[in-house]
Amino acid sequence: MSMTFEKLKEIREETLQHMNLRGLPTDRPNAPYRWSVAICMETSCMSSKAREIKQRLLELIERDGKGDEIEVVGTGCFGLCEAGPIVIVRPGETFYYHLNVEDIDLIYEQHLLGGEPVRDLIYPESITEDGYLSYFDIPFMEHQERIALRSSGHIDPEDIREYIAFGGYEALYKALVEMTPDEVIDVITESGLRGRGGGGFLAGRKWRATQASPGDEKFIICNADEGDPGAFMDRSILEGDPHSVIEAMAIAGYAIGSDQGYVYVRAEYPIAVERLENAIGQANDLGLLGENIFGTDFSFGTDFSFDLEIRLGAGAFVCGETTALTASIEGRRGTPRSRPPYSADKGLWGKPTMINNVETFANIPYILLNGPEAFKKIGTEKSPGTKVFALSGKIKNVGLVEIPMGTTLRQVVEEIGGGIPNGKAFKAVQTGGPSGGCIGPEHLDTPIDFDSLTEVGSMMGSGGMIIMDEDNCAVDVARFYMDFIADESCGKCTPCREGTKRMLEILIDITEGRGDETSIPRLERLAKTTELASLCALGQTAANPILSTLKTFRDEYEAHIKEKRCPAGVCKALTNYFITDKCIGCGLCARQCPVSCIKGERKELHVIDTEQCIKCGLCFEKCPVKAIVKK
Amino acid sequence: MVSHLNHEERQREIAAFERDLERIKDGRGMLMHALHLAQNRFGYVPSDVQQIIADTLKVPLSTVYGVITFYSRFTLVPKGRCDLSICMGTACYIQGAEELLKETEEALGIKNGETSPDGNFSLSSTRCVGACSLAPVVTVNGEVHGRMTVQEMRKLLAELKKEYASQPESDEEK
Repeated sequence: MSMTFEKLKEIREETLQHMNLRGLPTDRPNAPYRWSVAICMETSCMSSKAREIKQRLLELIERDGKGDEIEVVGTGCFGLCEAGPIVIVRPGETFYYHLNVEDIDLIYEQHLLGGEPVRDLIYPESITEDGYLSYFDIPFMEHQERIALRSSGHIDPEDIREYIAFGGYEALYKALVEMTPDEVIDVITESGLRGRGGGGFLAGRKWRATQASPGDEKFIICNADEGDPGAFMDRSILEGDPHSVIEAMAIAGYAIGSDQGYVYVRAEYPIAVERLENAIGQANDLGLLGENIFGTDFSFGTDFSFDLEIRLGAGAFVCGETTALTASIEGRRGTPRSRPPYSADKGLWGKPTMINNVETFANIPYILLNGPEAFKKIGTEKSPGTKVFALSGKIKNVGLVEIPMGTTLRQVVEEIGGGIPNGKAFKAVQTGGPSGGCIGPEHLDTPIDFDSLTEVGSMMGSGGMIIMDEDNCAVDVARFYMDFIADESCGKCTPCREGTKRMLEILIDITEGRGDETSIPRLERLAKTTELASLCALGQTAANPILSTLKTFRDEYEAHIKEKRCPAGVCKALTNYFITDKCIGCGLCARQCPVSCIKGERKELHVIDTEQCIKCGLCFEKCPVKAIVKK
Repeated sequence: MVSHLNHEERQREIAAFERDLERIKDGRGMLMHALHLAQNRFGYVPSDVQQIIADTLKVPLSTVYGVITFYSRFTLVPKGRCDLSICMGTACYIQGAEELLKETEEALGIKNGETSPDGNFSLSSTRCVGACSLAPVVTVNGEVHGRMTVQEMRKLLAELKKEYASQPESDEEK
């Protein structure tokens, strides 16, 4: 089927007729539905039985023949994953959280049939004196601004028509019909969009370089190999709005002169892969991918054709590096090579190739439709736009947040994140994954943008943001990341292969009480060598977690080395358990102890024999009066 | 996943795999794709299947082997019928994933990366599955169990042991 602008508009109008309740800018009063129920169908909510909830609601609607009044939509991520499974009832965007399958019966009876929201199931922070806040007005959403996630939560990602109804594929039309490839690249360059995968390279410059590179065959690659532990931004975009990426890749294809694109996505993301496959199929069916898109027989273009294929990764972190990724798509071991030549000159199969990450692509349609000026209004001068972060770890509101660049870390942690749970103290925020670093409390007022985060010893990275509290040990965290990197080092170059292993050994020594005065200097020397001499970014940045924790938490390293003590009580070899005089002599700890090393008479102070103790921590967990401490 | 098959069943699976391979063999750079097909069908990449892939795609056997051993998702030994995986992403790690791994190793009597001799269980640690909001996370044959504690892990393991111990070895349809 070939697509025309009229047909696109027709689909849009037709679909909008029944999307009246989805928070669209256009108002359509004679809409068919009284209620629209959005259920988040993203990995996290799906693991908490979102699918069963949807199934049950559909059964109820079917039973009563209410299909004409109530629509049920499986959507992408709303963001506050902590509250999952999330159900939003429109109009009103009433926010139901932590639902069980049975709860949906009550919501159906009371809210959808009776018109009375079920107060007990509504997210507490959205309850006010005179009613209920819309999901998008709760404190968690207050500082957020959604560009990359603009359609997530509003549309059904499995239905291309809903994407079109939200203005989808209009940017592609605009590019093909109204703009020359050069003009498209000019707009992207002008917007100042920087690569969201970590490096922060100007997207427009990359596009231009690939366009300028001579070659009869060129490729567009979407890097969806989101490997940083603690990062799930790209997965959420692919699950919640796959067409935004497909549309952007086609635009890039037109701009640089490529008719073939690949999405390289982790096999660990089965739902994202499935949605993407489905979306590519639908785009092909409607003629928005494939031969002669929009029958490009107008002013500038000759025919424009674009095909898209999915390639699955297979669990190798290094494949996020562009040359390794390219090797992997070619079906080889994913080892990087030295650059230059850059991918823009010699990429996939030796041809000019343009590689952007998922979030970068997701911004493209917005920029084309709204213009570079609108985009530049958001964020900071050098880092315009927004950035999506996956907020996790020791934070109350775990989830996906999209903030304008320049928002401070403190705003994210305290206001959006809702602070640290259980009254614990904030210790550090880790950004940039294994290539990034830990940022301590003294830098909490740093604005989030590419350059400021680098200045404080971390980096933007792809968007993982992990919060640590006083119970996390800085040395142990550095060891964790080094363990990861040493395992994921591809082994091609010696500095990375050997350097990461030796650094890991030193860190293990420190955490197990074998550190000495040479440990830190040796770490620092190895860090420098690995940084300078490694072939690719994986090795060059491998020492960052060590260097950044050394900078902020040097005293903690020294406590491990000199005093053989882990201040956070994480490193078992350096931790001892003691019973304080809060002990009420109940004897619970003594009965729990697997090695029977706790002695004491009933109703008297008990004592732990630290020689015998295996530090399992059972007594610590069980003590009803918290009389046991770790030192 | 088909790691416990008799000769005839296995031949049928191989024939089906060869048909899959036939469909993709003319594409560019299809080795990874072929290995995914094999891993999904057999639960690992057996040596005779490696040879078939090498012959069909016309790449050296050494290359096939090299690619398999590079990527952690491809394995040379069969996975257990119950494939347990503990997420070791950062969010899971700082919420206590290591304790879960230790507990599981002890309960199953196998180490991380091993398969039990009876073929019932295999255990691995995986990189971030992206369900960080549910940390710490364990997957059982791909199904995510979130917000695990050591106590819940014990409960889950006891259930799984009961479930898989009662299954006869040949009952395998996945």
